[in-house]
Amino acid sequence: MTLVKTAIGRRSFIKSSALAGGGLMLGFNWLASCKMTPEEVRNLPKEWFEINGYLKIADNGQVTIMSPNPEGGQNVKTAMPMIVAEELDVDWNDVIVEQAPLNTDLYSRQFIGGSQAIRTSWEGLRMAGASARHMLLMAAAEEWQVPLEEITTESGKIKHTASDKSISYGAMASAAAKVSVPEEVVLKERSDFKIIGASKKNVDGLKIVTGKPLFGIDTYSEGMLTAMIVHPPAFGMKLKSYDNTTLISMPGIRDVFTLKVLEDDYLRQHFDTCTFLEVVAIVGNSTWEVMNAKKAITVEWEPFETYAEERQPYRGPQQTLSIPSGLESSEDHKAKMMEMASKKADVVRKDGNPEKAFRNAAKIIERTYTAPFLAHNCMEPMNFFADVKNDSAQLSGPLQKAELTEKAVSTRLGIPVEKIDIELTRLGGGYGRRSYAHWALEVAVISQKMKAPVKLVYTREDDMTGGIYRPMYQVRYKAALDAKNNLTALLVNAGGIPESPLYANRFPAGAIDNYQAESWTIPTNITIGSFRAPRSNFMASAEQSFLDEIAEAVEKDPIDFRLELLDRAAKNPVGEKNDYDAERYAGVLKLVKEKSNWNNNNSNSKQGVAAYFCHNSYAAQVVDMTWENDQPKIQKVTCAIDCGIVINPDAASNLCEGGIVDGIGNALYGELTFKDGVPQKSNFDSYRMIRISESPKEIDVHFVKNDIDPTGLGEPTFPPVFAALANAMYKATGKRFYNQPFIGGITKLNS
Amino acid sequence: MAKFNLNINGKEREIDVDPTTPMLWVLRDQIKLVGTKYGCGIAQCGACTVHLDGTAVRSCQLPISSVGDKEITTIEGLSEKGDHPVQQAWLEVDVPQCGYCQAGQIMTASALLEKNPNPTDEEIETAMNGNICRCGTYTRIKKAVKIAANSINA
Ligand code: FES
Ligand code: FES
Repeated sequence: MTLVKTAIGRRSFIKSSALAGGGLMLGFNWLASCKMTPEEVRNLPKEWFEINGYLKIADNGQVTIMSPNPEGGQNVKTAMPMIVAEELDVDWNDVIVEQAPLNTDLYSRQFIGGSQAIRTSWEGLRMAGASARHMLLMAAAEEWQVPLEEITTESGKIKHTASDKSISYGAMASAAAKVSVPEEVVLKERSDFKIIGASKKNVDGLKIVTGKPLFGIDTYSEGMLTAMIVHPPAFGMKLKSYDNTTLISMPGIRDVFTLKVLEDDYLRQHFDTCTFLEVVAIVGNSTWEVMNAKKAITVEWEPFETYAEERQPYRGPQQTLSIPSGLESSEDHKAKMMEMASKKADVVRKDGNPEKAFRNAAKIIERTYTAPFLAHNCMEPMNFFADVKNDSAQLSGPLQKAELTEKAVSTRLGIPVEKIDIELTRLGGGYGRRSYAHWALEVAVISQKMKAPVKLVYTREDDMTGGIYRPMYQVRYKAALDAKNNLTALLVNAGGIPESPLYANRFPAGAIDNYQAESWTIPTNITIGSFRAPRSNFMASAEQSFLDEIAEAVEKDPIDFRLELLDRAAKNPVGEKNDYDAERYAGVLKLVKEKSNWNNNNSNSKQGVAAYFCHNSYAAQVVDMTWENDQPKIQKVTCAIDCGIVINPDAASNLCEGGIVDGIGNALYGELTFKDGVPQKSNFDSYRMIRISESPKEIDVHFVKNDIDPTGLGEPTFPPVFAALANAMYKATGKRFYNQPFIGGITKLNS
Repeated sequence: MAKFNLNINGKEREIDVDPTTPMLWVLRDQIKLVGTKYGCGIAQCGACTVHLDGTAVRSCQLPISSVGDKEITTIEGLSEKGDHPVQQAWLEVDVPQCGYCQAGQIMTASALLEKNPNPTDEEIETAMNGNICRCGTYTRIKKAVKIAANSINA
């Protein structure tokens, strides 16, 4: 029996009130957890006790559950309410799901990122549903004058079998609102789950397939103007001058002016990355008119000097960052990375005596892997709406880190946070890009100046050439084998522009006696940001390709070889900081081996395998492919994933399939290169995106069944597929693929 | 500026715009039918797909002056209640993730099935290859097109 506390000390996670017009309203905190130590509780930010979710039971029985997270395709708007409904014990068909706005007294903390939505809210959501159910039971016990233990519930009904009494939740809801919130509640046994684990359709499905206005870009309001920006054509450039004389007289154009996105002395928070500090804004009546003006404008740009930026990172002290001047090119980036790999780097972890092991090695294998900058290319281009008044502001749009944006907007406009409302719309893709909301600041400043509601829309070109990319990375692996073909040492030398992808404590750390992990970085003025499974999205690819090559060198089956290493890490781990569970890791490999018909010699298709751990989940994949007309044809991808309890299996599978297709697309084609600071691609005619004919014919997703609390799902299937693909391509062509993109795009820099 | 009489989803609409304005922006900005999406503006992504006399076209590349009296159908006009076989199949397979590309996908798929109610896998791929889905829902799209084809032929 799992008992959870609804309060810690005097602070309560749950608050109840009567619903106007009859019924029960329960506010709760969806990040609540009773598993914390008193020490952890003391350190909790006070917002964790703020109410940020609610459920309502109207007296007609209608149940409304607010989904606190913005929806961008991760299915949280369906899955999170399912968890509440499960504990509440209602019929899913009677539940209405609403999207919460950001800024009311009720809800506070909303963001997408790190695949953690379900993981962090699991217990809080269950507690909310269970508390409401408990209060309904208490009210019924009181009214019927029967012992609480004898009352049960079933799909929105309260029952007392002995006296044959039964009443609906709706009829008892007003009475339940008068019952005090229980101090602790019992959660359901997992074997009793009826809604969790049973696939439910996307709550917004019908709206999507009928084209309802769900997205930020669909915002229209009375008197609304349309704005676009013109940003420098190259990284390393800034605005020199512009000429608006011809523009101003163009049809439908209201104003053309320059704006500073952030004030010079602004202390940037973690997500306040801003690529171009000053941009030209063009404001007009309609999109097409503004687009035409944008084509007609003449702007002069000039290189900027190195400058400093004050930053407050997530953790640790304030930093001063130097943004280097210069117009950078991909060729120089590559040369610099090669140079760094031969220099002395920061040693982040060292086990045993790698130097000695390499001296005594019978064989040394050394390989270098690289990956380019990538653009997120969300299908809905960046956009945001603002209506700024003298002392208040109303904003809306697609956003991943709403609360942080609110603070930045408040500082920039000089309007207190309490007077700023941000409404969250559905996101036409996020993948990390919409955490960096400089466009929300831009539109706020534009609206303040225009004294009118404004929607800012980026063209695809603005979006693709506007920065916040996945960084460029490189890693060099070096392995020592002894005379008996044992892997005795591993060196990982990883770096990037401008961040290192290294995770020093991930597998195969812990499985090898002599291990060294080193890291380096190269500064740049090209801005970067999180991109689906940051850093893992490169490390998995390199590490799992390298292990494949080692397995071949020691003449072992690639899966068996990995399992042997994991067995060592489970039974007799090297070091104490290893951040993975070797048994769960092995579990997904075993499952994928079983489901993929591994080593099936009867088939024409070639197989490659990879496995990775990130965002607290484990994923393994086998890619089956043939090689036709010099192109890979992906016949099938089999995926095993261990992400604990799966809330909504079919939607979860969809998300895994998406991660796989996205991974294959980026591995084969994804690439953004630069020449003299200018991004060499600006739209989908040159930036190659995976198409339906190139995507796998079949994707087969299997979940490891266990009782572990849910963990990440949106990101973990993305990183390993790069390597499973590379390893299958090796089998199909006899060639190893070290540099992404493996195939390249329409305007590949080096072919 | 010039006046145009358009036939959109079976209704007459009079608009007054710059004749070079693409259909996409007329639909979105003037008529406020926002189901048709902007993705690239250069006929590369398919997000803006509508039917012109039953044929799938990229509305971002279609100047309003070239439309004449041809019938325009957008996602909002594909069916009354979202019960076109393609929409139904999309719901059955629960295709969408973020959903942004899906109106365009559905318009391309429904135009394909109108002309070829029994497409092979290859024909589906060829017809749908111009529609990008950044979320990677392609395997479900293929499945849904086949289900829709079956229900049309049933
Ligand atoms: S917006 Fe028309 S094809 Fe992309
Ligand atoms: S569902 Fe997101 S782009 Fe297709």
